[in-house]
Amino acid sequence: MFSSDDWSGFEGRLWKEEINVRDFIQKNYKPYDGDASFLAGPTEATDKLWGRLQQLQKEERAKGGVLDMDTDIVSTITSHKPGYIDDTLKDLEKVVGLQTDKPLKRAFMPFGGIRMAEEACTTNGYTPSPELHKIFTEYGRTHNDGVFDAYTPEMKKARHNKIITGLPDTYGRGRIVGDYRRVALYGIDNLIAEKQKDFANCGDGTMTDDVIRLREEISMQIRALKQMKVMAASYGFDISKPAKNAKEAVQWLYFGYLAAIKTQNGAAMSIGRISTFLDIYIQRDLDKGTLTESEAQELIDHLCMKLRMVKFARIPSYQQLFSGDPVWATLEVAGKGTDGRSMVTKNDFRFLHTLENMGPSPEPNLTVLFSSSLPQAFRDYAAKISINTSSIQYENDDVMRPIWGDDYSICCCVSATQTGKEMQFFGARANLAKCLLYAINGGVDARTGEQVGPEYRPITSEYLDYDEVIAKYDRMMDWLAGLYVNTLNLIQYMHDKYYYEAAEMALIDTNVRRTFATGIAGFSHVVDSLSAIKYAKVKVIRDERGLAVDYQTEGDFPRYGNDDDRADDIAVELLHTFITKIRRHHTYRNSEPTTSILTITSNVVYGKATGNMPDGRRAGAPLSPGANPSYGAEKNGLLASLNSTAKLPYEWALDGISNTQTINPDALGHTEDERVNNLVQVLDGYFDQSAHHLNVNVFGKEKLYDAMEHPEKEEYANFTIRVSGYAVKFIDLTREQQLDVIARTCHAVL
Amino acid sequence: MNQKTSVVGAVHSLESFGLVDGPGVRFVIFLQGCRMRCRYCHNPETWMIPSLDHVDALPVASSPVDPDSITQSGSLTAVGEKTQGRLAKCTFTLWTAEALFKRAYRYHNYWKNNGGITISGGEPLLQMPFVTSIFQQAHSKGIHTTLDTAGQPFAPDDPAFMEKFDRLMAVTDLFMLDLKEIDPDCHKALTGWSNQSILAMASYLSDHGKLMWIRRVLVPGLTDDEDDLVRTRQFIDSLQTVDRVEVLPYHTLGITKWQALGLSYSLDGVPVPTDQQVEKAERLLGIRK
Repeated sequence: MFSSDDWSGFEGRLWKEEINVRDFIQKNYKPYDGDASFLAGPTEATDKLWGRLQQLQKEERAKGGVLDMDTDIVSTITSHKPGYIDDTLKDLEKVVGLQTDKPLKRAFMPFGGIRMAEEACTTNGYTPSPELHKIFTEYGRTHNDGVFDAYTPEMKKARHNKIITGLPDTYGRGRIVGDYRRVALYGIDNLIAEKQKDFANCGDGTMTDDVIRLREEISMQIRALKQMKVMAASYGFDISKPAKNAKEAVQWLYFGYLAAIKTQNGAAMSIGRISTFLDIYIQRDLDKGTLTESEAQELIDHLCMKLRMVKFARIPSYQQLFSGDPVWATLEVAGKGTDGRSMVTKNDFRFLHTLENMGPSPEPNLTVLFSSSLPQAFRDYAAKISINTSSIQYENDDVMRPIWGDDYSICCCVSATQTGKEMQFFGARANLAKCLLYAINGGVDARTGEQVGPEYRPITSEYLDYDEVIAKYDRMMDWLAGLYVNTLNLIQYMHDKYYYEAAEMALIDTNVRRTFATGIAGFSHVVDSLSAIKYAKVKVIRDERGLAVDYQTEGDFPRYGNDDDRADDIAVELLHTFITKIRRHHTYRNSEPTTSILTITSNVVYGKATGNMPDGRRAGAPLSPGANPSYGAEKNGLLASLNSTAKLPYEWALDGISNTQTINPDALGHTEDERVNNLVQVLDGYFDQSAHHLNVNVFGKEKLYDAMEHPEKEEYANFTIRVSGYAVKFIDLTREQQLDVIARTCHAVL
Repeated sequence: MNQKTSVVGAVHSLESFGLVDGPGVRFVIFLQGCRMRCRYCHNPETWMIPSLDHVDALPVASSPVDPDSITQSGSLTAVGEKTQGRLAKCTFTLWTAEALFKRAYRYHNYWKNNGGITISGGEPLLQMPFVTSIFQQAHSKGIHTTLDTAGQPFAPDDPAFMEKFDRLMAVTDLFMLDLKEIDPDCHKALTGWSNQSILAMASYLSDHGKLMWIRRVLVPGLTDDEDDLVRTRQFIDSLQTVDRVEVLPYHTLGITKWQALGLSYSLDGVPVPTDQQVEKAERLLGIRK
């Protein structure tokens, strides 16, 4: 039983007997169903610090995207002395702590792969330390070394031919959300004591592989916890005991997160579901009269400012996949409890309000856990913020809550994970569009001429026969699913071995559940191609090698994205087929396999490696992102498109089904009230049909064109747009990706 | 309902997400066929009237459909409850009223108490039994109905027309009516038709207590005559049931469609109105924002 004087006023019992933040939240939060009128504007300190940070961001952009880099310090929890946004303004920072000793300076993180860490330096004009080079090549090994030592030739070929892409074999796998709230609620000493108990109870003395590994892992976790105390002490804080008030709660929690981003450079480094938790502390202080609303908002603004500063050193090929320097500091608001109460608190308004106080921003990746039964005033406010900033995404709490409970976080762009109870093995994507072309060409990649897949008999007929294509596609998908899962098994093994997430795992239950997240790219193009083969006539064009390189489609065919069951049924079946094949395989550490239909901005890169398709998509053109219908396929407007996506069962794609839509503000209604009402109705109607996710952008194409041509204009410095599963500053995208965003349907009815 | 007796309509296109075609979120059905030739029309591909005066009685899905009974030059293939047709460069689809209502009803999740079905054109008054049937089905489920019409076919002296019209009026919650010009000659120059029947319809709707939104497309130099706008306002003020008056600024997005249809566009070079011109027209029409 834990106890602390600092818990006075908090209700409940179970959370005092075990580490159980969820129980603490449920016993203590106060639902809020009022409107946004209580919110406070930015304080002078916020304006000053944010102004300074914007200056730094401008300098960063002027220098080509990187302001400063470490070359000779390996980043650890305690590697750097304290850093501040501006040393002359440091007394204004209500939340402190940077990844390195200077703002926006990128740390050197070699454990994922020394070559990548060095390449990130050299491409940005920095010279990496020769001494570290020697240490990490001659004396030590990295994740990347382990993976490439173990890869089979078949895996390398699949990777090289880009039928499996975006594999986390050179950097952190990310997607592990430590329960950073634990630092605030319990203090580090209690967490260490619990882990020590777990260590004592680990195994019965028989030293199996599992027990040995777990004992080592717990020891690493305890060490990380101790280092967190040292790091916090360097900033002048003692986090060994529970936080006494709201300010400490925010700071303690952030130190936990800071430890994670100092040691891991995963693609996604989410902070998780912290809003309702922090509201309990803020509300207690407000009730006691020790905090004002303005001070409360300031704390949240300053925390978000820190999340806007998270940076990692990346290499160019990584940036093509994940454009715009994202870190997926995903943060959730709203949702409902399993008891049916709304979990919307005033703090959820405060987090959304940061987008007004400090302008739009891609980070943190603000996510509304949506239900049409959340309070009207909150849904209206979220819609208003969407319309004004295009910076938030919506995920359906009504489909996620039955599976993950009421304390899950979003661990990447859209994927749910139970906070403090689960971790996830992230695993990139399989290109199912390319797989269809392999099925037609007997496993040969027509781009490279290499035999990548198994040498099955190719299709030789002039016109494609649906049944024959389906049969061959099914077998080719069998091969791909098996190879894909096993490639991931190997990567996850090496990641655990060489790049274990001790800081994050220290804040997760020792007896952790694991999910194994696979993904699909090219979804809509496969659906439309199969529909073309089924409902129209598709003639194969072969080159001198006898390989199918193009298709002529005669006649109309239904396309995914029009609420037409003929096409949508193919989509549902495709998803089911793929996840069924994935589930057949052994997955590392008895994890539960899931899949997703989301592609980030990698749809552009995947598209480059994919040939002509029977649906008319040209070779090299970007694949449509996530579960979005193909470009130009939607003929009946936004809601028809949404209805198509809503048919995909979330239960078969528990890692997420991402959908990005852009609405022209003029088409959304005449007045602000009308636009807000209409957008709320769209969200209600979509999610009431059990759809999973929606990115909402509200702007016209003209603005995108202008921002592309005039990125220097002040108004575009923070112009943020939602892309598949995250948000970016539009001017940070490559021109190719900007054109891709513009090409996507903008729903504007005139 | 027996499909052989179900009412059939010629539909140009469907839009699942209409937000400025009546209150709230609306499913908009654009019908094929209109007699007016408005010089600024942005959907000229909806003009051509399929030669189906008898759409009411046409059998659908009792294939084979005899193409000649529907178009002289087009071809038709029966596909379940709808039929694809092609007429010159206009593509349209024949729907039964039941199938189309069912299709629209898929979006009721998005409507709640602020949205519904809008039927627009083309000119919906050319296909009244079809429209009436859809609206009757909507009303039986409590769904709001809006008719977006130019009013030109209105024929108060034709008892057969009025019988159909009254049935339609009974199941229409809101009429959106364009008053393109108040002066009959100007109206004829603009659209090819006098506005007599249109004004008569507006008065008829007012007399019967039917809600209306009145709209005016503002084309600089063509429909922004001050005197005409003032007289338009006087006419609007004589109506008892006008809920909203809107100025729709002329836009040029339809020009490419005229070119595609091989039609010559008489407003080439006419600019879109400025914000000031729109505000002035709104003031003259007595619109308060």
